[in-house]
Amino acid sequence: MAVAVLAGARVRERRLALGLRQADVARAAGISGSYLNLIEHDRRRIGAEVLGRLARVLEVPVVALTGTGEAALVDELRAVAAVAGGAAEVERAGELLGRFPGWAALIAAQARKVGQLERAVEALNDRIGHDPHLSQALHEVLSSASSVRSTAAILAETEDIEADWRARFHANLQADSLRLVAGTEALVAYLDTVEAAEAQGVAPLEEVEDWLAGQGWHLAALEPGGGGVAALDFGGLASGAARSLARDWVVQAAADAAAMPLAAVAACGGDPVVLARSCGAGVLAAMRRLAMRPGAAEGFVLCDGSGAILLRKPVAGFAMPRGGAACPLWPLYAALARPGTPVAATGAMPGPVPRLFALRAWCEASHPAGFGGPEVRQAGMLIAPLEGDGPALALGGSCRICPRADCPARREPSILSDPALPGPSGRG
Amino acid sequence: MAEGAGRHVLLIEDEPNIAEAIRFILMRDGWQISLQDDGTGAVAQVRSLAPDLVILDLMLPGRSGLEILADLRADPATAALPVLMLSAKGLARDREAAERAGANAFMTKPFSNAEMLAQVRALALP
Repeated sequence: MAVAVLAGARVRERRLALGLRQADVARAAGISGSYLNLIEHDRRRIGAEVLGRLARVLEVPVVALTGTGEAALVDELRAVAAVAGGAAEVERAGELLGRFPGWAALIAAQARKVGQLERAVEALNDRIGHDPHLSQALHEVLSSASSVRSTAAILAETEDIEADWRARFHANLQADSLRLVAGTEALVAYLDTVEAAEAQGVAPLEEVEDWLAGQGWHLAALEPGGGGVAALDFGGLASGAARSLARDWVVQAAADAAAMPLAAVAACGGDPVVLARSCGAGVLAAMRRLAMRPGAAEGFVLCDGSGAILLRKPVAGFAMPRGGAACPLWPLYAALARPGTPVAATGAMPGPVPRLFALRAWCEASHPAGFGGPEVRQAGMLIAPLEGDGPALALGGSCRICPRADCPARREPSILSDPALPGPSGRG
Repeated sequence: MAEGAGRHVLLIEDEPNIAEAIRFILMRDGWQISLQDDGTGAVAQVRSLAPDLVILDLMLPGRSGLEILADLRADPATAALPVLMLSAKGLARDREAAERAGANAFMTKPFSNAEMLAQVRALALP
């Protein structure tokens, strides 16, 4: 299970509830008072051993101090601060969530809404700036409106206008009003084709992920006797692009389910290579099947040959960027360069408490257009939360919200800086 | 009322009905108007007519108004010539591009006739 970053606030809360002094608790747990103070304010990571001793002194199970689920929200709050900039106390996101969970959830929800609106504005801007049809239709409407306005004003305001000028302007007015009608109709017809959801700016991929999350990341209808693809309700998907993506995914998932029965999934011990071999399926297909089996604890991420993310099944504590590029040290990308080779690593996500994950990545190259066609690569990575501490590859979510200042793979500066967190060169 | 006093305006505009309306408004105000309806010969036309003011549409067949303006500004003979830019797209970046290219004023279509007259007077009268 992921160790949440809120341990500090919980330790403090529990200690105060018991009416114990910081120095006494520290002595009983075998650490210094100042170290406990730093821990309580989430300024230092807590090793699993110290956490266990603190739990004993405070007479609670370890899980009562670590919590679950909140880690993802803390990541999200940090990402909000990263995007918005300003003077937010990024390091104290965990404290904010601990003390004001309702406000924290509200901040995250509003940030998601802002993101959607920004995408909508960008999309409309792009449309006006780069869409030749819209640009042409607008130009036509504005030009004819301009002519109508000037001509009508001349006719209305010029009392002594000569008969031949008046006749000419009347003819122009007639022609331009027809042109204005035609242009307006073309514009309305064009805008009607722009679907409401697409104008709202939810990225199709996010829609599909939300839809899959709504089904618990398991499509029971695709199992034997479940009714198949026809039994699935695509109604929650507003945009055509998202429905199309979801259909592709479901068709693939149905094939995965048919090739790899749940009994074989249960027998493989969570190893996609074993599952693939036992069923004569591909390893990437086995990864998808494992990630979408009932009750799967693993997260999953899928990318194409450019590294662009195709699907994200989130797992608490493992930050996945909502847009833009992810951490280049993810084994996912190492696998991308070595098709057909298992790439496994234990990875650590940054935070006051280390969060470890067993990462297994695999890349497949295919040639959908035959011998002469292009090679198409896809890589997947299963992300299984691990308990405890130990040596691990120091990863992040994306550079902007990663505190590992000395990371050799850093692409851009972070808005976080935490000297307590070493980069990949020397994690302790 | 007639303030143009025979001063010369070259109107570079490909929409015939808009050009006709502008021509009428300015004519009634005492201006002398020449028309040019495409972008290709526009710079040569400016050089040969030597007008007191150019009204230049942004989107023209042949060459864009911005290219024409850049040529005019690069030539010492026309570098200081007052140019009023017209555009049917009120986009901020069109306005900025026109200002960067050296337009003296920028108007979006549709415009009011009174506004047009006021701009022309402001730009071309001493």
